[in-house]
Amino acid sequence: MTELKLQSLKKTYGSVAALAGVGLTVPSGSRTAIVGPSGCGKTTLLRLIAGFDTPDDGTIAFDGETVASFEEQVPAHRRNVGIVAQDGCLFPHLTVADNIGFGMKADRATKLAKASELMEMVGLDRAMLSRKPDELSGGQQQRVALARALACRPRLMLLDEPFSALDTGLRAATRKAVSEVLSAAGITTILVTHDQAEALAFADQLAVMRAGNFSQVGAPRQVYARPVDAETAMFLGEAIVLPAVVGQGRADTPLGSLAVDDASYTGKTQVMLRPEQMTLQQSDTGAAVIGEMVFSGSTCEVLVTLEGEGGPSFRLDIPSLSPLASGDRVAISVSGAAHLFR
Amino acid sequence: MSSIADTRAPTVPHRRMPAATSWTLSIAVVVALLSLLPLGFVIWAGIVTGWDTAVQLIFRGRVGELMVNTVLLILITIPICAVLAVTLAWLTERTDLPGARLWSWLAVVPLAVPAFVHSYAWLGLWPGLNGLTAGVSISVVAYFPFLYLPISAAFRLLDPALEDQASSLGLPPFAVFRRVVLPQLRLSLCGGALLIGLHLLSEYGLFAMIRFDTFTTAIIDQFQSTYNGVAAYMLALVLVACCFVLLGLEAALRGRRRYARLGPGVARQVRKVRLGFWKYPALILPLGVAVFSLGIPSLTLGRWLIAGGAEIWRTDEVWLALWQTLVICIIGGIATAAAAVPIAWLSVRRPTPASRFLEGCYYLASSMPGVVIALALVTVTIRVILPLYQTVATIAIAYVIMFLPRALVSLRASIAQVPVELEQAATSLGRSPGNALWSTTVRLAAPGAAAGMALASLGIMNELTATQMLAPNGTRTLAMAFWALTSEIDYAAAAPYAVLMIVFSLPLTLLLHHHSKKIAGR
Ligand SMILES: Nc1ncnc2c1ncn2[C@@H]1O[C@H](COP(=O)(O)OP(=O)(O)O)[C@@H](O)[C@H]1O
Ligand SMILES: [Mg+2]
Repeated sequence: MTELKLQSLKKTYGSVAALAGVGLTVPSGSRTAIVGPSGCGKTTLLRLIAGFDTPDDGTIAFDGETVASFEEQVPAHRRNVGIVAQDGCLFPHLTVADNIGFGMKADRATKLAKASELMEMVGLDRAMLSRKPDELSGGQQQRVALARALACRPRLMLLDEPFSALDTGLRAATRKAVSEVLSAAGITTILVTHDQAEALAFADQLAVMRAGNFSQVGAPRQVYARPVDAETAMFLGEAIVLPAVVGQGRADTPLGSLAVDDASYTGKTQVMLRPEQMTLQQSDTGAAVIGEMVFSGSTCEVLVTLEGEGGPSFRLDIPSLSPLASGDRVAISVSGAAHLFR
Repeated sequence: MSSIADTRAPTVPHRRMPAATSWTLSIAVVVALLSLLPLGFVIWAGIVTGWDTAVQLIFRGRVGELMVNTVLLILITIPICAVLAVTLAWLTERTDLPGARLWSWLAVVPLAVPAFVHSYAWLGLWPGLNGLTAGVSISVVAYFPFLYLPISAAFRLLDPALEDQASSLGLPPFAVFRRVVLPQLRLSLCGGALLIGLHLLSEYGLFAMIRFDTFTTAIIDQFQSTYNGVAAYMLALVLVACCFVLLGLEAALRGRRRYARLGPGVARQVRKVRLGFWKYPALILPLGVAVFSLGIPSLTLGRWLIAGGAEIWRTDEVWLALWQTLVICIIGGIATAAAAVPIAWLSVRRPTPASRFLEGCYYLASSMPGVVIALALVTVTIRVILPLYQTVATIAIAYVIMFLPRALVSLRASIAQVPVELEQAATSLGRSPGNALWSTTVRLAAPGAAAGMALASLGIMNELTATQMLAPNGTRTLAMAFWALTSEIDYAAAAPYAVLMIVFSLPLTLLLHHHSKKIAGR
C-alpha cells in the first residue's frame, strides 16, 4: 500500500522530449490506467518509476519518500517495484518455478511452495512449474511474469501493455484475472495501454497521455463524458464533434438546438456527443440520410450524413436487426446534454 | 486366417524425411567420413601395432609428463582467457570506458598474429623463455580473442530488459550479472573455451619455439627424429582421448537453449554502466592486454626489420610466397565454409543425436594435430589414390578437416539467431523448403558464413605443418618460409614474412569483428 506522487517529470532523448513535465498522484491501493498513442512516453514514464532510467528533472516519491530527484536516485533493486512488460520478459534460462522464485529470499522449498501458490493465484497449473518459458503460450508467460512480480510483494505494480500481445478472448480473461489478483493483494497499480476499453474497465483513475504530457486525468466516467478537447474525446471512443453557437445553456448545431453541460459559456465553439446519446428514427422528413452500412454481427456500423451543403457525417453502431437500410432518410434524437469544449 | 489379417493394425505410413533434410544430412555424413579419415588412420595404426606394444608405449613416464603439461596448460589457460575475455567484453560493450570501440578492435587484432609469431616475439625480448609459465602466458595473448569475440557479440545480443527486470526484483548489480548475464553467456563461453582448448591441444609452433612439450610437439619430434610412426601414433591416441574429454565437458556444460529472444518487442538500447572513479583505472586492463598481445610483436618485429634493413626484403621470394599463400587461403576458406553449412543448419534446425554425433566427429577430426592429418592424407593418397598426392584438392581437404569447427561456430551462431518461425513463414508464403531456406536463413546467416570463411582463412594463413607436408611441390607459403628461417636462427630474414602474415590477416580479422557486430544488429 503505497501512494505514488510524480512531480514535473522530464526526460529527453536527444531532441525527443519523451516526457515534458508529467505530474500525477496515484492514491494508495488504487488503480490508475495511462492511455495514449504509441510513442507518447508511457514506457519511459514507467521506466523512471521503476528506476531503470533517471529523470532529467522532477521528482518521484513513494509515500512521501523521494526515490528520484535531481540530487538522489534510489537504484531499481531497492525500490521494490514490480513491473510486467509487454513481452513478459521471463528469464529464458530458468524454469517457471525459478523465474517466480527469482527475487525471493528464501530456501528452495519455501520458494517452490510460494511459487505454486502464486501459480494458482494467477490461474495456472502447477505442473507448468518445471517448464521453460519458451514452452508457454503468450498468455501463460504474462501470468508467470505477474506471479514473479507478485512474489516480491511489491509496493507498486507497473503493467506496461501486458495484454497487447494476447489475442482478444485471452486478453479479456487475463486482464480480469490480473485485476482480481491485484485487488485481492491491494497493491497500488499503474496499467499502461493503448486500448481505451481496457483502460476504462480497469481503472479507478484514468490519465490520457499525449506527446509526453497528460492531457487529462480523472475518473474514467468523467474523462469519457467530459474530455478536455476533441482529440482526447476521440482517443477514448467514437465522438461526434459538431460546430455550435452556444448561449443560455443551449447550443445551436446542425442537429438542431441541444442542451449543453456548461451553462456559463456564450459564443462560437464545438460540442461533442457520444454515439450512445443518439437514436435514429426512420422519417421521410428527417434531416439525415443513411449511407454505407457495415455488418459486424450484433451491430451494424452506419454512416449518417446530415443534409445541407458540407453537412457533417459520422458513424454510429445500430442493432443489426434494425429495419433501417442504406439510402433511408432518418430523424436524429439526442438524449442528455452535449459536452462543450471551451 | 483372414481374421488375423483383419485385426492387424493398419500400417502407419512411414514419416518421410523432407528431401532437403536428407540431402543435407547425406552431405554432412560424407564430409564427416572424410574428416574422420585421419582418426581412422591412427586407430588402424594402433590396431596394427598390437595390444602389448601399445600398452608399453602409452603407459610410460614420458606420456605422463606430457599429460601433466597438457592438462595444466589447458586448466590454467582457459580460465584466465575466460575471465579476461568476459571482463574485457563487459568493459567494451557495457560501460562508458573511454575509447571502448578502439579497445574492442584491439582485443581482436591479436588473432592476426600467428601463434608462433607471438612466441618469436616474446623470445626476442626474453631469449631464455620456456616452460609452463611461458606457454600459458603466450597462449593467453594468442588465443583469448577466440573467447572475446563470441562473448562481446553475446553481450550485444542480450536483452537489457531482462537485467532491468532482475533489478526490479531486488537484485543488486553484481547479482544481476551473476544470475542473469553470465548464464546467458554460457553458450559463447563454452564454444570459445572449447575452441581454445582444441588449439592448445594441436598447436605446434608456439610451444616448439619455447621448448614446452605437449603431445603435439612430442608427436612431431617422434616423426622428425626417428621416422618411426608407431610411438607417435600412440601419442596421437592419447591426444584423441584428451579431445574426447574436452568435447564431453563442453557438451555437458553447454546445455541446449535457443539464442533467439523470447516474445515480441524491440530490444532497448543498452544503457552504459558509468564507471565513475574507475573510468581511468579500468583502462589498465585493455591497455595491458594490448601491450602484451600487440606491443611485444610490434617491438620485436620492428627491431628485426630495422636491424635487417632493406637486405631482408628479397622481394621476388617474398612476393611469390605471399601470392601462393593468398591462393591457398581463398581456396581453403571457401571449401571450409561450404563444408560447414550442412552441419551448421542441421545442428540448429534438426538437432538429433545423429547431428550431434556428426558435429562431434568434426570437432574430433579438427583436433587432430596437423601433422597427423597430413600424414594420414599423404599415406592414403600414396597408397590408394596416387593422382591426388600433393595436389590442391588434398590440401583443401586437410584444411576442411582442420578448420571446419571455426566456420561452424560462427555459422551455427548466426543461424540460431534467425528464428525458425521466419523460415516457416517463408514456407507458408508458398516458397519451397529449399527456397525458403535460401531466402531467409541463408540470407540472414550470410554474415556468419563470411565470418566463418574469414576465420578459416586466418587459420590457413598461419598453418604450418600440414601445409609443409601436403602442399604441391614448389609451394612455399609465408608460414613455411618464416619457420624455415627461424629454424636457421635467421630472425631478421624471417621478420618480413611475419609482417606480411600479420598485414594480410589483419583485414580478415577486422572483417570478422565487423561481422560479429553486424550479426548483433549494430
Ligand atoms: N532509449 C531511448 N533512446 C532514444 N529515444 C527513446 C528511448 N526510449 C524512448 N525513446 C523515445 O521516446 C518517446 C517515447 O517512447 P516510449 O516511452 O517508449 O513510448 P510509448 O511506450 O508510449 O510507446 C519515443 O519517441 C521514443 O522514440
Ligand atoms: Mg511502450
